[in-house]
Amino acid sequence: MSKITDKLREYRVDGYYTEFDYHWTMTVDLDRCTGCEACVVACQAENNLPIVGEKRMRQGREMKWIRVERYWDGDYPNARLNFIPMLCQQCDQAPCEIACPVFATYHNQDGLNAQVYNRCIGTRTCAVYCPYEVRFFNWFTYTWDEPLEQQLNPDVTVREKGVMEKCTFCIQRINRAKDAARDEDRRVGDGEAQPACAQACPTDAIVFGDRNDPDSAVSQKMQDPRAYEVLKELNTAPSVIYLKNARAPLHAEKDEGHHREEAAEAHAAAGEPRWADSGKAAS
Amino acid sequence: MSSVLRQQMFDHGEPAYAEVNRDVIKALTTTTWRYWVTLGISAGAGLLFFFAPWIYQIIVGVGAAGMNRNAMWGTYLSNFIFWIGLSHSGTLLSAVLHITQSDWRKSIYRSAEAMTLFSLMTAALFVMVHVGRVWFVHWTFPVPNPMELWPNFRSPLMFDVMAIMTYLTASSVFIYMGSLPDFAAVRDASTGLRRRIYAILCFGWRGTGHEWHTLGWAYTFFAVLVIPLAVSVHSIVSWDFALSTVPGLHQTIFAPYFVCGAIYSGTAGIVTVMWMLRRFMGFGRYIGKLHIDNLSKLLLVLSLIWTYINICEVFTGWYADTSFENEAILYRIKDGPFAWLYWEMIFFCAVVPLLLFSRRIRQNWNVMLVISIVINIGMLTERFVIVASSLPRKFLPDVFGVYFPSLVEISITVGSFAIFTTLFLLFVKIFPAVSIYEVKETLNPLRKRQAPEQEARA
Repeated sequence: MSKITDKLREYRVDGYYTEFDYHWTMTVDLDRCTGCEACVVACQAENNLPIVGEKRMRQGREMKWIRVERYWDGDYPNARLNFIPMLCQQCDQAPCEIACPVFATYHNQDGLNAQVYNRCIGTRTCAVYCPYEVRFFNWFTYTWDEPLEQQLNPDVTVREKGVMEKCTFCIQRINRAKDAARDEDRRVGDGEAQPACAQACPTDAIVFGDRNDPDSAVSQKMQDPRAYEVLKELNTAPSVIYLKNARAPLHAEKDEGHHREEAAEAHAAAGEPRWADSGKAAS
Repeated sequence: MSSVLRQQMFDHGEPAYAEVNRDVIKALTTTTWRYWVTLGISAGAGLLFFFAPWIYQIIVGVGAAGMNRNAMWGTYLSNFIFWIGLSHSGTLLSAVLHITQSDWRKSIYRSAEAMTLFSLMTAALFVMVHVGRVWFVHWTFPVPNPMELWPNFRSPLMFDVMAIMTYLTASSVFIYMGSLPDFAAVRDASTGLRRRIYAILCFGWRGTGHEWHTLGWAYTFFAVLVIPLAVSVHSIVSWDFALSTVPGLHQTIFAPYFVCGAIYSGTAGIVTVMWMLRRFMGFGRYIGKLHIDNLSKLLLVLSLIWTYINICEVFTGWYADTSFENEAILYRIKDGPFAWLYWEMIFFCAVVPLLLFSRRIRQNWNVMLVISIVINIGMLTERFVIVASSLPRKFLPDVFGVYFPSLVEISITVGSFAIFTTLFLLFVKIFPAVSIYEVKETLNPLRKRQAPEQEARA
């Protein structure tokens, strides 16, 4: 019996699910986001996302790995539009990963939530379990009209019907950067791997990098007291950190707003980001 | 068994031993043209409404159904749960009543178990209809492969596959083993090809004391095995929902809720099937007032438990008072497009069964047929409401959507009932639908001595 347990222990990698070689992270500064949707277009071009057409769009079957959600604050004419780009949060404790019966989605050693198209049988459980609704299903086999198929990215798989897909943090670019770095026997430097959305963002609202490197731009951004995680109460430990829109809300209750500011100041004074106040430390 | 009970069990007087054999085997051997027409219609409807749209969906993609970005699960999954639920009463009831030595089960349990088996098969079909790439569905099994890939043992769907396959296997063995002496009785009563087929089916049963002893022992063993299995299966099916974070699905009460609902709809299904057997197969003599009365009492108790759990569900949401949960419950019972379905379900499954407090209604087969069908319509919509009112609105308001089933889904739902009917029609011509030897166990042994010329053969 002890032989079997020893054997099993050999397969176990300590910290496989907690410490990663690279811990790719994205910060999205909502103060800088203008809602221009350049990221959406860039993602569409980079990742061979199909153009589903008007009819299927209306049926709610669009394929947008990143979307810019719009939330109105106040009523016209005294109204303001808030944007929040929403993409796969690459959760470290992902609800989708436990759901897949065939391991088509799993956590890899870059802290990414990987999706294996070939293994997917399309139970769609991962999408049901995903609280951010950023998983997209191929309801049909989509095709590209005549000249458009020439612009497909050769580094990215074209998916067939019955397969789930989602944002990969442009894993093909990450892997190319890692290959280049390995050839030179070094780690990937800050800014060498950039997903299409971050590259396209005209206001630099999206910053991408390795959280394990304390000097990287993304690590610096995460120290911002405005940092928070979407749906933090679900304990998914997402790898996308949002920097709060610091403008005062138009119609907030005065007292509550006051308390919130106070709390933010207290956090800032203590030198810790606001999202780090419970559970998982900012490692 | 007391003589009073025996009186109640058989409406038109107690049959003699030989009459039991004759009645049951007659149902197997004499087939009217009406049977063939019904079989043809239901098989044709199964092909037309279930398999034709399914093949179309396989060719086109799951987009043929009405599901979308927000509602990734739809009627396929709710129907899957409905059919699994319908399967729950047969074997479970049979096993529980066997262990508690309730003799009235003996004339109804065979058909009830068959119902379990066929609704499980229909449910398994829905899994295959549901998935996007059905040609790879065997990957959910731990099949040895060169990539050394295993299924994900953390996944509730994986639990599902295992639980359903185990339950299907155990139920099949349970019903087959219980039928062995009856196959032998059919063999003895028939000639030619039928005799040879049943000689194989009954494994050469001879009726020695040793064989009876082994059968009794093994049967009780399986009865004990099946009970926890049946409870676990629907608990596990409920975890498909409860293990998600979706408001309206993420609830600890889901396992007992689903098990209770499953037995509830299954018992109503048994009442419907028993009515059919009485009406069309001529088993009115063996399935009588005692059975319908007991089944109705069970239905009444289950409906009260079901109502209680439904109140609990809403209460827990209100008491927890998180905005997402409140929103989900309000959408389900008040604001959503399926709110009327929710109240229909409450009316059908919680209000209508209150009629069963009346003994006259409980013992009226025709009224009970209507009530049992109404309950199952309610349970079908219950599953639909759970799926269709929770999934389209989870957390982020910007992507809130709405889900309506498409024609393909409605057609496949209708077709699944045709498939179930087809399988059941085949069953009544292959299996003795009423257990011959166990009904005879309940008869008064004295009667045999009074009529020695009618000695039974089995």
